[in-house]
Amino acid sequence: MTETGKTAPVLQVNDIHVYYGAIHAIKGISLEVYPDEIVTLIGANGAGKSTTLNTIAGLLKPRQGSIIFDGKPLNGVPASKIVPRGLSLCPEGRRIFQRMTVRENLEMGAFTRTREEEAASLQEMFERFPRLKERERQIAGTLSGGEQQMLAMARALMSKPRVLMLDEPSMGLAPILVEQIFSIIAELHKAGVTVLLVEQNAQMALSIADRAYVLETGAITMSGSAQDLLHNDDVRKAYLGS
Amino acid sequence: MMSFLSYLVNGISLGSVYAIIALGYTMVYGIAKMLNFAHGDVIMVGAYISFCATQYWGLSPLLSVVVAMLVCTCLGIVIERFAYKPLRQATSLAVLITAIGMSYLLQNAALLIFGANPKVFTSVVSIPSLSLFGGQLLISGEALVTIICNVVIMVGLTLFTAHTKTGKAMRVVSEDRGAAELMGINVNATISLTFAIGSALAAIAGVLMCSTYPTLMPTTGSMPGIKAFTAAVFGGIGSIPGALLGGLLLGVIEIFGRAYISTELGDALVFAVLIIVLLVRPTGLLGKPVREKV
Repeated sequence: MTETGKTAPVLQVNDIHVYYGAIHAIKGISLEVYPDEIVTLIGANGAGKSTTLNTIAGLLKPRQGSIIFDGKPLNGVPASKIVPRGLSLCPEGRRIFQRMTVRENLEMGAFTRTREEEAASLQEMFERFPRLKERERQIAGTLSGGEQQMLAMARALMSKPRVLMLDEPSMGLAPILVEQIFSIIAELHKAGVTVLLVEQNAQMALSIADRAYVLETGAITMSGSAQDLLHNDDVRKAYLGS
Repeated sequence: MMSFLSYLVNGISLGSVYAIIALGYTMVYGIAKMLNFAHGDVIMVGAYISFCATQYWGLSPLLSVVVAMLVCTCLGIVIERFAYKPLRQATSLAVLITAIGMSYLLQNAALLIFGANPKVFTSVVSIPSLSLFGGQLLISGEALVTIICNVVIMVGLTLFTAHTKTGKAMRVVSEDRGAAELMGINVNATISLTFAIGSALAAIAGVLMCSTYPTLMPTTGSMPGIKAFTAAVFGGIGSIPGALLGGLLLGVIEIFGRAYISTELGDALVFAVLIIVLLVRPTGLLGKPVREKV
């Protein structure tokens, strides 16, 4: 399925450097995501996976390097202007709006879109996540962890992104829910959404992805097809526990 | 009995003013996560503008309120843009000190322009007093208008935050600024809007307060400002119904305290009640406990 080299990348990150104060968190990362791919970034805690996604989403500014989405640079574009371009981030820790209802959370996801577009996407989300339809009027903070993750993903999809970035969607979930979340990601992929996935659960991430990048202390140490990395001895030893 | 009712009405009227001011504190705190101690002085500016509009510019009382609201809205936006926005990433202590500085700046600017002598504010309310129980209970037009304004503002603001897209954006920014930005919400514009609304309300509060208590000086806003801040904390800072409840209770306690306990101790009583409430309920009456983020 990988179309590397055939089409232009929809998302291109060129040698970005990100700092937290004096701490050099990202030391020159470059990566590419092609249309219709699932690309995953794996690595240990603190390797810079979330920082990379937050930088692409515009929440952090790179001190150096460039990010190109859909042929246009994202440098200096605030996060709120990146979403309507078709790039959406489902953040680490879900960060749903706890005090709002499920429906209001979804509506906020479509903030930059028209009322008609919002209604259409809402319908779509309720079909894809029937559980959310059942809980439509419930306060989001009272949902279970798995439901909250679904809500966070649905909320990110409400902007109808062409590229969806998911930051640790399996975090803190029971194994059966992790399976469920990953099967949803596969379905979304089938429906034509390009996915950039950050995961600590490398096994699951590599089994679903087309390509992968391995991150270590702010730099990419390995990259290739997910299948190759899944069978690579170094990767197995470091991230797959065998 | 009649004097009790009369005190109660006065208390509710004064409390309504506190509640309207408290909204400004509570909304700004909820959304920008800062205490805008210059808010009390925006009230004073609003009252001076209304005063000038009726006395010097020949405007009608109602129009003077509109002008005062417009000026205060702009003032609120400008204060936020130039004093607070550059400190968005700074420590909360730096922002607090800046707000106190802004408060003194406004007071001293008023002192420079209008002088230290109190002005006698002419009431903008021209409706007659309401006479009840065969003239035994008299409710002043000012008290009536103040209470009605409070009700209208509270209902309006509640509907606005519950049902409009912009209102919901304000709630979202107050809950999680980063996540709000990921939704495509312009956080800076939302904060600016919050200051605009709070300052427009401060203008209304200033005019209503000076219509009831007609002495207008550069320090007129500072004590009501502190009391309204107390009301906001009392009711639960960040909560709109909390501002209403805190404001009303504070006004009633103050008037009853002055009437039945001691005229001199009125203010002390207000703060004593605050301390007791915060000992029992640290988040205020309607405040939400701070949730641990997972």
